[in-house]
Amino acid sequence: MRCMSGKTLYDKIWDAHVVSQQDGEAILYIDLHLIHEVTTPQAFAGLRANGRKVRRPDRTLAVADHNVPTEGQELGVRAVADEEARLQLETLERNVADNGIQFFGMGDVRNGIVHVVGPEQGRTQPGMTIVCGDSHTSTHGAFGALAQGIGTSEVEHVLATQTLRQKKSKNMRVLIEGQPAPGVGAKDFALAVIGAIGTAGGTGYVIEYAGDAIRALSMEGRMTLCNLTIEAGARAGLVAPDQTTFDYIRGRPAAPKGGAWDMAVEYWKSFYTDEDAVFDREVRIDASKIAPLVTWGTSPEDVIAITDVVPDPASFSTPDKRAAAERALEYMGLQAGQPITEAKVDVVFIGSCTNSRIEDLRAAAQVVQTAFVNGKLVAPHVRAMVVPGSGLVSAQAEEEGLDAIFKAAGFEWREPGCSMCLGMNPDRLKPFERCASTSNRNFEGRQGRNGRTHLMSPAMAAAAAIAGHIADVRDFV
Amino acid sequence: MEAFTRLDAKAAPLPLANIDTDQIIPKQFLKTVEREGLGRGLFFEYRFDEAGNERADFVLNRPEYKGAGVLITGDNFGCGSSREHAPWALMDFGIRCVISTSFADIFYNNCFQNGLLPVVLKADEVQALMEEAKGGNHMVTVDLAEQTVVSPSGQTFRFEIDAQRKEKMLKGLDAIGETLQQGQAIDVYEMKRALAQPWLEDA
Repeated sequence: MRCMSGKTLYDKIWDAHVVSQQDGEAILYIDLHLIHEVTTPQAFAGLRANGRKVRRPDRTLAVADHNVPTEGQELGVRAVADEEARLQLETLERNVADNGIQFFGMGDVRNGIVHVVGPEQGRTQPGMTIVCGDSHTSTHGAFGALAQGIGTSEVEHVLATQTLRQKKSKNMRVLIEGQPAPGVGAKDFALAVIGAIGTAGGTGYVIEYAGDAIRALSMEGRMTLCNLTIEAGARAGLVAPDQTTFDYIRGRPAAPKGGAWDMAVEYWKSFYTDEDAVFDREVRIDASKIAPLVTWGTSPEDVIAITDVVPDPASFSTPDKRAAAERALEYMGLQAGQPITEAKVDVVFIGSCTNSRIEDLRAAAQVVQTAFVNGKLVAPHVRAMVVPGSGLVSAQAEEEGLDAIFKAAGFEWREPGCSMCLGMNPDRLKPFERCASTSNRNFEGRQGRNGRTHLMSPAMAAAAAIAGHIADVRDFV
Repeated sequence: MEAFTRLDAKAAPLPLANIDTDQIIPKQFLKTVEREGLGRGLFFEYRFDEAGNERADFVLNRPEYKGAGVLITGDNFGCGSSREHAPWALMDFGIRCVISTSFADIFYNNCFQNGLLPVVLKADEVQALMEEAKGGNHMVTVDLAEQTVVSPSGQTFRFEIDAQRKEKMLKGLDAIGETLQQGQAIDVYEMKRALAQPWLEDA
């Protein structure tokens, strides 16, 4: 069969990994398998029960992130107070030891959130297929890698076969062009996309982000954007690799060395969308028109500009959406028509696989420092915390003095992990606490039972910490 | 995987859009190293109040829906996390089929690994089933081989499903066993990759 139009980036990565194919279902080779403690114990148990082995332990990397407390990590797993969490962490330790898998345990400076660690170690590379039992695996698409979250049965499948059975998704391109306003960045781009297409808008697609506003993003920004792609319903987001990508990877522990580096870059450069490629859907967004965004409800698509008011459920199109909006307003303790900046916050969380990298911490620290110079600290009623994405991010931030800025203003400076993003460890909201959060999900109960989450960028979260309510970062910079 | 062929069961209506995996199975139940027993955490916040008492008005707590095997729900069911604990919890609770207008990708995929049948119907069909399920008779029949859902009043709705997924679910096939039969093709792929991308071999 002759194909008349060119290939998309997704087509190229897909084609390069098909081991075999039958009736549209491919056996897709997996280059990198990231694992963590929560979604793997049943997979390893399944392998053992069937007498199967891990096919490529060298293409597998393990971290402990979801359950780990964000203090006292040097004491190790044995000191984790939560018995169930400890058992899960110990089970991971045993499984990786039994199977010869590289593992960064609690307290290791290289440990951290799986989607921060993979790129930081140079394990994430362009053109790869990457999977992890975690939906935010989409993060790694920032490198031009096809990276997807999978369930535990598929984790077991990948451990045993280093492949995944899958049908190909459709192609969507999101073009983001124009110069964003100061204080507007990757998080706002991502929320704008989700607000535009909805949390199911990307279902069945892989999204490629393109346009000059994407090219201008750092790797950290691209990771934030691709990370949130799953919240738009697409399993994977992609950004074609370029010099920014190569510069980020060069010199990292698992980056190709010597002559292999040039060979690798040459290979990576083949991963881009052909000019005549056709997408099943295209969405255009004008970056210059994006205001800093926040969520008001309990779905990431419940997005409004910081200058907006909380919407009226009656304005929603279908009965199930109206019902969901009514439930969301009640859950969030908000009234339709209320300016969102009136919402007083109790907690500010800067962290998660979405926004815990060095650039995120710099952006937040800049707001905090400016306020500090003007004599402002974290509002007295607010508990504000910064949780770096890895031990290495933490060390870098400390070298730059960012921790000192945060601490001086009244933030807690904590040890790396998923922390308050998902409430599986001691960091969680108390009932009815309102949180300005740089994480990825504002679902009911996500950060703690009856906790109220507003998603926003690190700079916006920092502004909320100082103001004591949801605030416009543009008033702080 | 458990095979799914035909199911005659009570259907419970849960008319909300965007029910996410945190609602299906909250995080405190994810710390298990087992697959079994997750039914106790299913829709925990909906089923129980702060004091741990059953909320009498939640559909799955109402006596007429006790033992429901089918859930009828709103758009984009299962969005959010990749946690397979969501289908495990539904199955453990006794739900074998979820009917909606759409499902989130990863959840949908996870269902097929476990013999939980996700059925996609048109909005008006879901609405019709939902209304019937709210009434006194809420027994439905889901037939995978025929690709039909028969409502309590006898209306028949046909659904689409990928042929391979249907086949595997009807037979309860083990995907890993099948893929391992292609071990040679995987070996060949790996050898080629080792030559083309040698830097990946000494990581």
